[in-house]
Amino acid sequence: MSWSRFFRRGHWDDERARELEDYLSHEIDDNLARGMSLDQATRAARRKLGNVTRIREEIYEMNTLLFAETLWQDLRYGARLLLKNPTFSIVAILTLALGTGANEAIFQLVNAVRLRALPVERPQELATIRVDTHEKGRTGRFMSRRPMFTEPLWRALQTDQQAFSRLFAWGITTWNLGTDGEYRPAQGLYVSGGYFDGLGIGAHVGRVLNDADDRPGCTAPGAVLTHGFWQARYGGNPSVIGQTISLDGRAFEIVGVTPPQFFGTEVGRTFDVALPLCAEPILRGASSGFGKADVWFLDMMGRLKPEWTIDRAKTQLATISAGIFQANVPASYNVGTVKDYLAFRFTAESASTGVSGIRTAYATQLWVLLGATGLVLLITCANLANLLLARATARQREIAVRLAIGASRRRIVRQMLSESVVIAVLGATCGMVVAWWLSQSLVAFLSTENTRIFVDLTPDWRVFGFIAALAAGACLLFGLSPALQATGTNPARAMQAGGRSATDSRERFTIRRTLVVVQVCLSLVLVVGALLFGRSLRKLVTVDPGFRQDGLLSVDVDIRRSAVNEQARAATYAQVMERIRAVPGVADAAEAFTVPLSGSGWNQTAIIDGQEKGMTYCNRVGTDYFRTMQTTMVAGRPFGPDDRLGAAPTAIVNETFARKFFAGANPVGRTFELDRSPGAPQVVYQVVGLVKDTKYYELREEFLPIAYFAAAQEGEPGPSLDLVMRSDVPPAALTPTLTRAISELVPGSVVAFRSMSTYVRDSLVTDRLMATLSGFFGMLATLIATIGLYGVMSYMVTRRKVEIGIRMALGADRRRVIGMVIRESAVLLIAGVLIGAVLAVVGARWAAALLFGLKPWDPTSFVLAVVGLGLVSLLAAWIPARRASRLAPTLALRED
Amino acid sequence: MPKRGNNPMQGELLQGTLDVLVLKTLALGPAHGHTIAHAIEHRSEDVLSVEHGSLYPALHRLEDRGWIASFWGTSENNRRARYYRLTPRGRAQLVEQTNRWDEIVRAVNRILRPAD
Repeated sequence: MSWSRFFRRGHWDDERARELEDYLSHEIDDNLARGMSLDQATRAARRKLGNVTRIREEIYEMNTLLFAETLWQDLRYGARLLLKNPTFSIVAILTLALGTGANEAIFQLVNAVRLRALPVERPQELATIRVDTHEKGRTGRFMSRRPMFTEPLWRALQTDQQAFSRLFAWGITTWNLGTDGEYRPAQGLYVSGGYFDGLGIGAHVGRVLNDADDRPGCTAPGAVLTHGFWQARYGGNPSVIGQTISLDGRAFEIVGVTPPQFFGTEVGRTFDVALPLCAEPILRGASSGFGKADVWFLDMMGRLKPEWTIDRAKTQLATISAGIFQANVPASYNVGTVKDYLAFRFTAESASTGVSGIRTAYATQLWVLLGATGLVLLITCANLANLLLARATARQREIAVRLAIGASRRRIVRQMLSESVVIAVLGATCGMVVAWWLSQSLVAFLSTENTRIFVDLTPDWRVFGFIAALAAGACLLFGLSPALQATGTNPARAMQAGGRSATDSRERFTIRRTLVVVQVCLSLVLVVGALLFGRSLRKLVTVDPGFRQDGLLSVDVDIRRSAVNEQARAATYAQVMERIRAVPGVADAAEAFTVPLSGSGWNQTAIIDGQEKGMTYCNRVGTDYFRTMQTTMVAGRPFGPDDRLGAAPTAIVNETFARKFFAGANPVGRTFELDRSPGAPQVVYQVVGLVKDTKYYELREEFLPIAYFAAAQEGEPGPSLDLVMRSDVPPAALTPTLTRAISELVPGSVVAFRSMSTYVRDSLVTDRLMATLSGFFGMLATLIATIGLYGVMSYMVTRRKVEIGIRMALGADRRRVIGMVIRESAVLLIAGVLIGAVLAVVGARWAAALLFGLKPWDPTSFVLAVVGLGLVSLLAAWIPARRASRLAPTLALRED
Repeated sequence: MPKRGNNPMQGELLQGTLDVLVLKTLALGPAHGHTIAHAIEHRSEDVLSVEHGSLYPALHRLEDRGWIASFWGTSENNRRARYYRLTPRGRAQLVEQTNRWDEIVRAVNRILRPAD
């Protein structure tokens, strides 16, 4: 059958109708010539021709595509069957939707974070430049999480390198958009003049920054907005070009907007505004990184010249490394650090998929989740195979009858397959909705107040390919086996078997049992995982950080834009502290250079009796700090009014410091020093107090040695005042009063608040994510496995009605029958649990790095998982067992 | 394809036979449906009297296979009619099908009249 005829079957129908008309007129002509009346002639002609409609139908059918037509029939048949059995259909489609949906969601994330190329021109030519380092010696100030370069290194590398046609650098920062004392952060980027040109990114509106914008010493640089920020803040209005935007209180002219798909070079993070690199000294003033060899704030990328490979670029970078580092040794480094510094080498790696902090931060989590969802999908498939197998068996007789009266095997396989195709298509479609919803929630879940995670989740062909493969694979897996089995049976045997034969379904039963064992064992793996992550999170939440979290608020008062000069800072800060303490609801307040768990910190080498003891973590705090934090003093005294500028330097240390550096002896009265830069005066600190251990960077860490110094002894206060305060009223009620009070006192200051519970919540975000998702997967798996076990057991009971009837007629009581069914399911359960436990141990070791305070083979988790899964499964087996025990023997025997 | 009503075996046998008869008729020259139907009826001396309508699906099928081609023309009594003619492939098919028919007839005859 030709396609053209198929599509023009209407036309051909008309043609044939006309042809048949013509036949009639010819025949009537002939009949009239033979002397009939017109009426007679017409009737005779019609009789001769036969049924015109039937003829046309026959021709029409010839023109239709048999394949398409029957496919449609099959699909309709499949849909009708599913509608007739809504419980089965809903269970099947839902399990498939959840199974594939979870997979799609996690895969979308993996794809966005790890696989997809940057949306820039020829991304395969891009390489990121890094310092090949041992993490030692790169000390100094770090302006963001993991910057690689200082400004002098960037300048030097730019002139000396030969591998790249375009080398460009950028630095990450945050600016304040607010102009009224309130803090409204914008994610900022300082970009070198070659940034946009090197990436091949043009402007969506206006123009992007170029070399002409990035002239050292520039005075009024232009700002470029990202598309998202432009949409969100300006409603996509093109007239913003030429307007100004206030960043940290300074006005910059907006010159352009980047294209919609561009998010920068870092996957997982986007930016709002970009300024040329030369704007950095304008905004940072004295703390600018320009010309300073110990301020690390830049990252670099380059576009390889044609003919140059990454390896060749690496070699060239290695040869110029020594000279560049030698020429840019930071003056503040001591001898040891300089040695480490000079050992650094530049290197390059492919950056076609961009650079990413979240790629490394969440790599294990993403793979673990992908593994978990893979298991869920396997369980889903096993369960669907089981369900469909049961249906195929139920329809065995129907199929046998159809085979016996001549239906072709292929036709029946196709029809049964069509049922699974309908399930697969519906399931995958629902799965796509689930996936979209789940991945959006995941990103929202991972984003915190301070670190907005930006992942471009628009599905691309790779995701679609993956989904299609999943759906097709699942469909074949669970559709084909029952279909082939159903036709593999000898029709005669199937027809006579009826349910009486004990042997006819042995083989099929083995498959179904195996499927249940697989489900139970995979579910156990997931349940163990859920318990491990759940218990790990619980440990993290309940771990004692050494201070009381609730009611604790961190405040940052930025006075850079105020009229206060450097000499007046200390006095102003004292006034601010006074003012804050006077606000009703504030119980305690104290200066704190670093807020615990905020992620920032400061460390130095502790020296005792001229001997380097090791790294200590430091903080500079006000007099009431320990009272505010509610950290217990173990010995000695807190800082007091005597610890002021000019008095002998004092320090308070924690228990770990005392244990590690003073061999556990009472440190009060002892002294220590810190490593210093050459030329700086040596300061000897006397320990006046000993406090309980507290967490420094994060809850997961072992307690670190911490040394506290008195804030009042700091000679040159910085341009912002950081403090912690405790209050018994909710922060929302307190912050407006505080902001107003501080603004009145220091006009032009910017105040930012964060509660300690936010810090804690943010620092546990991945742990909560893992616990929540694995809990969800574990429950899903248990549910599906339970349905599977229930299905098999109730099917078994139905098939063996006669046998059970005979047993009961012969005197078996109800307890015995229940015991028999339960025993059968217990065998499956135990087999599944044993295999599952082995798999779980292997799997847990893989995820060990994500656990806190737990061994991967945590006995509690394993016992809870086995008991929980066992109880639920036994319940699933008990229902059909009870049904079996209630069979009336006479009725059971009379059936069939 | 399931067919409604008629017995498939009989239908198939008649179908194959009808095809070769149509080809044979058209071997003599182009003709339209009415002529073909009557020609077959006459030349078989009315033994193969079928409903003339069943000819049309056969014509459609043969045309679809490319064994005959059709065109609109004017008939001997000045009426419009769709004419059919044999294509080269149809001619080859006619030879082949005639040979096969002969074979079948010989085979059936050998069984029915073993004495000959």
